[in-house]
Amino acid sequence: MDFIWLIPLIPGIGAALNGLVGVRSFSKRTAGLVATGAMAAAFLLSVVAFVQLLGSAERYHKVTVASWIPPIPLETANGIGSFEVPWAFTLDPLSGMMLLVVTGIGLLIHIYSIGYIDHEPRGGVARFFCYLNLFCFFMLILVLGSSFLVMFVGWEGVGLCSYLLIGYWYKKKSASDAGKKAFIVNRIGDWGFILGIFLVFFTFGTLDFREVAVAAAALPVETAAVGFGVISLICLLLFIGATGKSAQIPLYVWLPDAMEGPTPVSALIHAATMVTAGVYMVCRNAVLFTHAPMVMEVVAAIGVVTALMAATIGLVQTDIKRVLAYSTVSQLGYMFLATGVGAFAAAAFHLMTHAFFKALLFLGSGSVIHAMNEEQDMRRMGGLRRHMPLTFATMCIGAVAIAGIPPLSGFFSKDEILYRTFLHSPLLWGLGAVTAAMTAFYMFRLIYMTFFGEYRGPAPDAEGHGDGHGHAWHGPHESPRLMTWPLVALAVGAVFAGFVGVPAALGGSNMIEHFLEPSFTVPGAAHAAEAAHHYEVEWALMAFSVLLAAGGILFAYRNYVQRPEAADELATRLAGTHRLLTNKYYVDELYDATVVSGSMSSARGLWRFDGGVVDGAVNGTGWATRASAMISHVLDKYVVDGLVNLVGWICREGSYGFRRAQTGLIQNYAFATLVGVFAFVTWFLVGR
Amino acid sequence: MSNAAEFPLLSLILFTPLAGVLVLLFVNRQSEHLIRLISNVTVGVGFLVSLPLWFMYDTQDAGWQFVERHAWIPSIGADYFLGVDGFSVLLILLTTLMGVIAVLSSWTAITVRVKEYYVFLLALQTGMLGAFMALDFLLFFLFWEVMLVPMYFLIGIWGSDNRLYSAIKFFLFTLVGSVVMLLGILAVYFYHHSVTGVYTFDVTQFHELGIPYDLQWWIFLAFFLGFAVKVPMFPFHTWLPDAHTDAPTAGSVILAAVLLKMGTYGFIRFSLPILPEATVAFVPVVAALSIVGIVYGALVAMAQKDWKRLVAYSSVSHMGMVMLGMFALTPVGITGSIVQQLNHGISTGALFLIVGIVYERRHTRAIAEYGGLSKVMPVYAAIFLVMTMSSIGLPTLNGFIGEVLILQGIFVVSKFWAFVAASGIVLGAAYMLWLYQRTMFGNVDNPKNESLPDLSLREIWTFVPLLILAVWIGLYPKPFLDRLETSVDNVMERVNNDYTPRLAAVAGDGADDPAVALDTAAQADGGPVRGGAR
Amino acid sequence: MLEITPLHYSVLSAALFMIGVIGVLVRRNIIIIFMSIELILNAVNINLVALSDQLQNLIGQVFVVFVIAVAAAEAAVGLGIIIAFYRNKETVNIDEMSLMRW
Repeated sequence: MDFIWLIPLIPGIGAALNGLVGVRSFSKRTAGLVATGAMAAAFLLSVVAFVQLLGSAERYHKVTVASWIPPIPLETANGIGSFEVPWAFTLDPLSGMMLLVVTGIGLLIHIYSIGYIDHEPRGGVARFFCYLNLFCFFMLILVLGSSFLVMFVGWEGVGLCSYLLIGYWYKKKSASDAGKKAFIVNRIGDWGFILGIFLVFFTFGTLDFREVAVAAAALPVETAAVGFGVISLICLLLFIGATGKSAQIPLYVWLPDAMEGPTPVSALIHAATMVTAGVYMVCRNAVLFTHAPMVMEVVAAIGVVTALMAATIGLVQTDIKRVLAYSTVSQLGYMFLATGVGAFAAAAFHLMTHAFFKALLFLGSGSVIHAMNEEQDMRRMGGLRRHMPLTFATMCIGAVAIAGIPPLSGFFSKDEILYRTFLHSPLLWGLGAVTAAMTAFYMFRLIYMTFFGEYRGPAPDAEGHGDGHGHAWHGPHESPRLMTWPLVALAVGAVFAGFVGVPAALGGSNMIEHFLEPSFTVPGAAHAAEAAHHYEVEWALMAFSVLLAAGGILFAYRNYVQRPEAADELATRLAGTHRLLTNKYYVDELYDATVVSGSMSSARGLWRFDGGVVDGAVNGTGWATRASAMISHVLDKYVVDGLVNLVGWICREGSYGFRRAQTGLIQNYAFATLVGVFAFVTWFLVGR
Repeated sequence: MSNAAEFPLLSLILFTPLAGVLVLLFVNRQSEHLIRLISNVTVGVGFLVSLPLWFMYDTQDAGWQFVERHAWIPSIGADYFLGVDGFSVLLILLTTLMGVIAVLSSWTAITVRVKEYYVFLLALQTGMLGAFMALDFLLFFLFWEVMLVPMYFLIGIWGSDNRLYSAIKFFLFTLVGSVVMLLGILAVYFYHHSVTGVYTFDVTQFHELGIPYDLQWWIFLAFFLGFAVKVPMFPFHTWLPDAHTDAPTAGSVILAAVLLKMGTYGFIRFSLPILPEATVAFVPVVAALSIVGIVYGALVAMAQKDWKRLVAYSSVSHMGMVMLGMFALTPVGITGSIVQQLNHGISTGALFLIVGIVYERRHTRAIAEYGGLSKVMPVYAAIFLVMTMSSIGLPTLNGFIGEVLILQGIFVVSKFWAFVAASGIVLGAAYMLWLYQRTMFGNVDNPKNESLPDLSLREIWTFVPLLILAVWIGLYPKPFLDRLETSVDNVMERVNNDYTPRLAAVAGDGADDPAVALDTAAQADGGPVRGGAR
Repeated sequence: MLEITPLHYSVLSAALFMIGVIGVLVRRNIIIIFMSIELILNAVNINLVALSDQLQNLIGQVFVVFVIAVAAAEAAVGLGIIIAFYRNKETVNIDEMSLMRW
């Protein structure tokens, strides 16, 4: 397993190739093949590594590749420690699972992208694949990093790639705005994350996940009785980071806007992998979080509220990708709910199944958008199942999976979460269950609006629709095989991925939970006492949630297939709510009015302050100096110099008489000399 | 003091640019091509002769290296005394490299008074190198003042619209600071005489002085004024945006990359070790000013409409970060501070080059004049992107290493400071990305931008070394950090006794360190790296 | 034949000297003044040679050679100045040479 550092490196090399050489000289096909090949190699290596991990007894393998930050002494809470971060990667069950998800789904999405991005100009294709590979590079570093800081490298790196890919169509103002927004909002989260990292070092004297976990395990659990201690603060700061990356309240606003990016990007980054990084990070620090139960409550609360809020917004969105985006936010809320109630394995499990069905749904929507010639408004679609049966079938599978209908994958992971939540707090479970019903409703609303009913889109062969693509559009059509094939693969995953986590209540063994457990505890820790099994409760909950999901689906069917006008009636009847929801609770407006314009106006104010006061002081000093110089000048000219001139004047006036003698004629002087000589000689000779 | 009585490498480095000046004096002012060629060759040679410093510097030797000492003004005890430690080695290399880049970048930008321009640029080079090498305080002061003159003319003659105002402001501002600093120097000088009876400007002697606290306080204030103006720290920064905005590109590059480092160099070389107690006493003041500078510089940058002025204010923010790390008075903080100085030289230097390139093509710096340049200048946009990321501290690029070390270093001293200072990361991303969006993204709305040529080969080459350095420091900063180890130790020994038993601390790793007791497997993996260098 | 005594030399010398002095004092043409200065110098020379012979001491004659050499140099420089001046002013009248008068 010593080769795991190669797994991120290969996509990195792919990105470098495409970025340095490809943009100028690769053909579209070559660029795609290079990137996809790199991902395929990474996937193969991941599989090999995973198999080896399954075979090894210790299930923890750390590889130090090189020194990054060499040891420098630094004070910690326990005296002088040593700040040191090597380039080290860890393979354990959690990172192994993520590795497969990232490389596997990443590979499928790369393949899909070859077909999807084909309309772009040549250089643009290479640029796209460069970013995509770079993203995988950073994502794999994030997953494999064995210390906080190495993870942070990937963490920020994926943020950069997300920025670049959201703004891929950089000529569109909305796209570049969305990219910028994503980066900056993520940075706010990173602010918390990096401070959490500093506090981790200060507290534990190391940044290695395993070492921190072991050290933390020795500390007391900070319950309400113990008080809000340093571990709680660490967890809170880390969680701020997670809310940024994983789009939770209050930092979720960037994700819906991120849908400006190409659809494969939305599938890979904003559904399957990057946005789950926050969940992954919390799971990675399960030991820390279990020592901070108060923060866990916060996590759970934020998770469930985000899930509910995003689901309600998702109910009324008409842009196919935005529905999916809010659905993603909502599902991420589920995952945080799971971590908040201590069900880390369930969160990771849901992370994996979600990766399959959400990537599937996004790619399916991409296929639809492709077929509709870049139309994203579901009100202008309809009846597409006749035109694109394969997309329809696979998307239906995705929708059923996310709705939680057995035996598809979403059912197992979601019910595991709901069950564990119920054990923790029935109130949270109630909110979660409502969300589940809404999820089923809006997903099937999407399916019905898109694939059922009458075709409401533009007429085929609209001349003006060739915008930049250079070919006329012949009406909705099934996508090329390069795009549908990954859909099928993902659909298979969405159906079967759940079977690794069949709960005991249904006769399974919950394999994945046992597999992942070593990542959530410290070595040698006593196995958590198996929670008492309440199979009856679990069965009841399952039945209830399946009923809810079915109800949601039926409601959607009634409103969008049987009586399409019913939805509009409902909207008019609840006009206020509807407006609130379509405007996404006005959160963007709120942020614009407070944070954005607040910092902009303080920026302008400070600029004026800088020019007026700070620089004014400087210029004022300059002015004062010059003013005093003027005064000195006047003083000097009329007083000091006046005295000097007075002396000169006196001399001049007094010297008029003497001046007569100074004729300046040398002969006069010589004559005077001669006379003088005669006088002296005469005196000398005669006078004595 | 090793390497004594060897080949006078430092003098060679120091006077190579001056030799170029001498040659230029004999060249006809009409043959501009020849002048450019000679100047480029001179700085190229200057960089090559400075390279041995990198390889021959002994990271284990805590003393001054490559020392040269000759009597200069014996009557007052001033010597021609040169010597370097790891810190100055890195700054000298940065100076010679930025010299190459600055001269190369001026090839087409300067068309009037070419000869004088290059003479000033080369003379400036000698002044800066001398300041980084001098171990005699008077000699340092001489070079410090020598730098001012060429820069004054560079801004005043080859600058843009408001150049005279900016040049004079730059000159006077710095001069005021340095006069006060001179008083401080003389105070140390006379105090040293009163204690030892010897008149000397020998900095190494000063490093061992124990000046009484009251006197230290005043001397610190004097030094502080001199150095803080140069850094520049809030509220002494207002000369910087003006000087940067109006300076020619190469001037801005040198100003940002090297000249600003004079201030921080002065703090680490003189203020901290000579005045340790006063330094500790001033930590809250300096830290507060630094933090204000970080946030303030970033916010003001956000409001700028002038591309170059925006980068200039970002300098204020970054240098605030540098000062903050330094006054953490922890090894990590000071190391980070020094690394960040290099980083700032690299990324901000590159950003000024980037502005200079479009300025040369369009003769305007207004951000609103640009937009959509990604389309017409893709290579340019790519380089700008990398340097933007470097500037806002993206991991795997250089800026991150500096910021993390600084913030971690300050965090253990005061969590509040770290909390506020870290917000600079968010604001930095905001103003840089907004700048990037406004200039690079969108459609090419301005017809004048439609046919801008992308970078020429020469222009690309001015960026290549900076790109390499950015990635190198980001991925593998160990060679740089190794060279700083003894320098930082020496400073720490004076200002913060907590870290004096450094060897013991690192080697023993402390039974009180909970992390070590664990996981021996992980230890064994990390072992060679951990134990090796020390 | 009249014997030539030192007195004769002295009288000749004095006469020459006086002619020269008067020339310097009264003439306005700088060239004439110049020539008068030569006369003064030669008056001195005659005196020196005569007394050298009288006192049987060669130093006087050596001195004469020096004086002649200096006079030659002086003449060269002086004439140079005069020519330069003439080129500018087209006159050799010393009354016109009043540039440095107040």
